[in-house]
Amino acid sequence: MRKIHVHAQINGLPTDFLCEPRQSLLEVLRDELRLTGAKEGCNNGNCGACNVLLDGRLVNACCVLAVEIEGRTVETVEGMATPQGLHPLQRCFMQDAALQCGICTPGFLVAAKALLDRFPHPSEQQVRHYLAGNLCRCTGYDKIVRAVMDAAESSS
Amino acid sequence: MKNFTYYRPTTVEQAVALLDNKWGPVELLAGGTDLHDLQKEYIAQPDKVVSLNGIRGLSGIKASGSAITIGANTKLADIAENSAVRKHLPGLAEAASQVGGPQIRNMGTLGGNLCQRNRCWYFRDEHVPCLLRGGEKCLAINGENRYHACFTDSYACVMVHPSTLAPVLIALAAKATVQGPKGKREIELSRFFQAPAKADEREHVLAANEIVLSVSIPIGSKNASYEVRHKQSYDWPLVQAAAAFDLKGGKASNVRIVLGHVAPVPLLAGDAAKALEGQPVNEETAAEAGKAAIKGAKPLSQTGYKLQLVQVAVKRAILTAAGAKKYWQV
Repeated sequence: MRKIHVHAQINGLPTDFLCEPRQSLLEVLRDELRLTGAKEGCNNGNCGACNVLLDGRLVNACCVLAVEIEGRTVETVEGMATPQGLHPLQRCFMQDAALQCGICTPGFLVAAKALLDRFPHPSEQQVRHYLAGNLCRCTGYDKIVRAVMDAAESSS
Repeated sequence: MKNFTYYRPTTVEQAVALLDNKWGPVELLAGGTDLHDLQKEYIAQPDKVVSLNGIRGLSGIKASGSAITIGANTKLADIAENSAVRKHLPGLAEAASQVGGPQIRNMGTLGGNLCQRNRCWYFRDEHVPCLLRGGEKCLAINGENRYHACFTDSYACVMVHPSTLAPVLIALAAKATVQGPKGKREIELSRFFQAPAKADEREHVLAANEIVLSVSIPIGSKNASYEVRHKQSYDWPLVQAAAAFDLKGGKASNVRIVLGHVAPVPLLAGDAAKALEGQPVNEETAAEAGKAAIKGAKPLSQTGYKLQLVQVAVKRAILTAAGAKKYWQV
């Protein structure tokens, strides 16, 4: 199958790649562009480990064809920290020990960023509603929710 | 996933011309949340995938004095958050806001929600000969069927229709506009769905070369949707009820009640509507409508529990539509 040329903005950088029509955005990010922050958990839209922002909206990179991102912007977990330091969410996840094995963490961070970008001061219920598409099999979510609430508070 | 040729037409006419007149070789791609899943499981193995995302004008929400029209490629998240939808069609906003998680709602579309394939585990397992993939009989009828139909009369396949927007849209007397090779036509949502019985039938009545353009929904009725689920978020309902009616002088008229996740099609509950017609809306009359809603049910070996859920869902949908206090929420 002939490969297709795709141009997109990825973490602020103009990026070109070649992909097969069947390749997901997640496969291209990890295997072609070596952005391995987004993880493959379920590969069917259940776990959220592959979360990225597509034109600012939270999506599962495993459920988006790479060819469909032509001309669009993608933000991955690699784009969250700046040279000045970690994103407040990343800091709070560390402070609150909101992770154990860490596989789900990039997905939770991106999902939480999508939430705080739209609702800087969410209620706990809102946080839980917006993180419903992310699975963690270690911590039991309470610390994750607390870290997101703390990050919202710290940036106020 | 089997590889395929990717097409990205810029007009509906071009897209229609790329489609086949039978199901299978070509699939339409909108949000992809259902299609790619089916492809990864080798349930769908199209040679061509036609993306609708290069076509302008297929998404967006327009409100007029008497109706709200929603483009088929509108994301579920946008429907859930639209102020006109929330004001006039709270049942639809509720249903859209409860689909999957935020990631799914950010990709999934109205047209995709209506045209998605069913969630039966026999259908979704490429290794078993499901009736809808060329098998001889429905394996759920005498198999593991706890998430299947409880209204089973005359259905060859007993999956439940997966759309949670469909019951609300049918209750609201919505109409879809679709386009095929011969041009556009309108279909009432109440006639949009069918119970498939073989491999070349889908869960809806569209031809394989037709595309949903938009859905138009009359406004003015009281309406609501209620889902009973295992989990509060990110779960398919066990049972859903949608209710719509006019409320004049405290009495309900033009009542329409539609059940979801109880049959292979969204089910118009005529007896429930009749029970509420002309009545004041209160806990007693809502409960009576709930009782009437299970008339004619014939549960499978593991779906008897749904009859109680139907009664509760109908009662709560009616009370929510009328603006009653949600006593079940603490």
